[in-house]
Amino acid sequence: MTQRYVDGNALAGPLAEVFAVDVTAAVERCVGCGRTGPVAALRVYQQAPGLVARCPGCDGVVLRLVRGPDTAWLDLKGTMSLQIPLVASG
Amino acid sequence: MARAAVSGRLTRRLSWRVARLVDYRDETPTARTLLLDVAGWPGHSAGQHVDVRLTAADGYSTQRSYSLAAPADGDRLELTVQRVPDGEVSPYLTEVYSVGDPVEVRGPIGGWFVWRPTKTEPVLLIAGGSGIVPLMAMVRARRTARSRTPFRLLYSVRSPADVYYARELARPTRGDDGLDVTYVYTRSAPQGWSGKPGRIGIADINRGGWPPEFEPSCFVCGPTGFVETAADILLALGHAPGRIKTERFGPSGG
Ligand SMILES: Cc1cc2nc3c(=O)[nH]c(=O)nc-3n(C[C@H](O)[C@H](O)[C@H](O)COP(=O)(O)OP(=O)(O)OC[C@H]3O[C@@H](n4cnc5c(N)ncnc54)[C@H](O)[C@@H]3O)c2cc1C
Ligand SMILES: [Zn+2]
Repeated sequence: MTQRYVDGNALAGPLAEVFAVDVTAAVERCVGCGRTGPVAALRVYQQAPGLVARCPGCDGVVLRLVRGPDTAWLDLKGTMSLQIPLVASG
Repeated sequence: MARAAVSGRLTRRLSWRVARLVDYRDETPTARTLLLDVAGWPGHSAGQHVDVRLTAADGYSTQRSYSLAAPADGDRLELTVQRVPDGEVSPYLTEVYSVGDPVEVRGPIGGWFVWRPTKTEPVLLIAGGSGIVPLMAMVRARRTARSRTPFRLLYSVRSPADVYYARELARPTRGDDGLDVTYVYTRSAPQGWSGKPGRIGIADINRGGWPPEFEPSCFVCGPTGFVETAADILLALGHAPGRIKTERFGPSGG
């Protein structure tokens, strides 16, 4: 079994510790291939230390989140932009 | 309106709350529905999940995600957990966790894999095993809201004994007209079922789904491999990527 990942949905709880909005509904643009899509549709690997989210287009790492006892370390260097809806959709 | 929505967000950072087990129901020999009480639960949408955190006496703690199985009902939450052999959390929740015991929950979580009763386009739900849980929340939310939106549920299970919510799905519940349920059996089928047991394929999704021209919203949930297969088939049948939402529960699960 090589597909040991879950969806970006699984990031919603951990990211809610950092952001005041639901970032999984945000549209992310990948630095590697330029692909855009919801954070919820990224491929999240939970076996790594912390959480690693990869682009479903090019498999590049677009987001990493490592949670320490009292710090969260968020690496977004694979993300070109995040477009965040500020009003809950109906 | 906008102000109320925003301030609700700013004043309440998502925090851990104590949930207590009120009752449980065994769905199958390996799956149990937990009825939890969480004081001050803010409500949720069908398809959302919670994170459940267990903490041992020595301070070690671990957390997992579980989908909400039913629409919000005051302080009452419903989760259905499948026991994963050798798992750390699911054997505890399905075998040890007892009425009155606490766990911590954080949620509701996730605003993308959700169905809201204001939506009117046809809905296709594709479940593999425990992937039925958030999809059942959608079926129940449709009923509660008296929605007439046509729903089709394609549910893949190993055998008839592995069906969750079996009675509720078997006899049409009041308010469930317009919900079609089709099963795919991967190991053994009930007597009189026309077909051969096997993994979900194009023919199943063609028969149990909607044509892409109907522009249905498709929700696929289950073990990672299952979700992958079903989503690829939907794409191959011509469904737009933006109409396919997935929730992978993790490793294959058989
Ligand atoms: C967003 C989301 C929602 C979820 N909702 C539900 C739900 O409603 N009901 C439910 O039962 N589960 C659900 N899950 C899966 C759940 O979070 C756990 O992964 C599962 O209960 C196993 O945890 P464990 O601690 O028992 O096993 P672990 O100790 O984490 O793992 C033990 C072994 O089982 C394998 N394994 C891990 N997860 C699974 C799995 N899901 N299926 C098969 N094998 C696995 C591991 O690779 C490992 O080999 C959900 C997952 C996500 C990401
Ligand atoms: Zn990419």
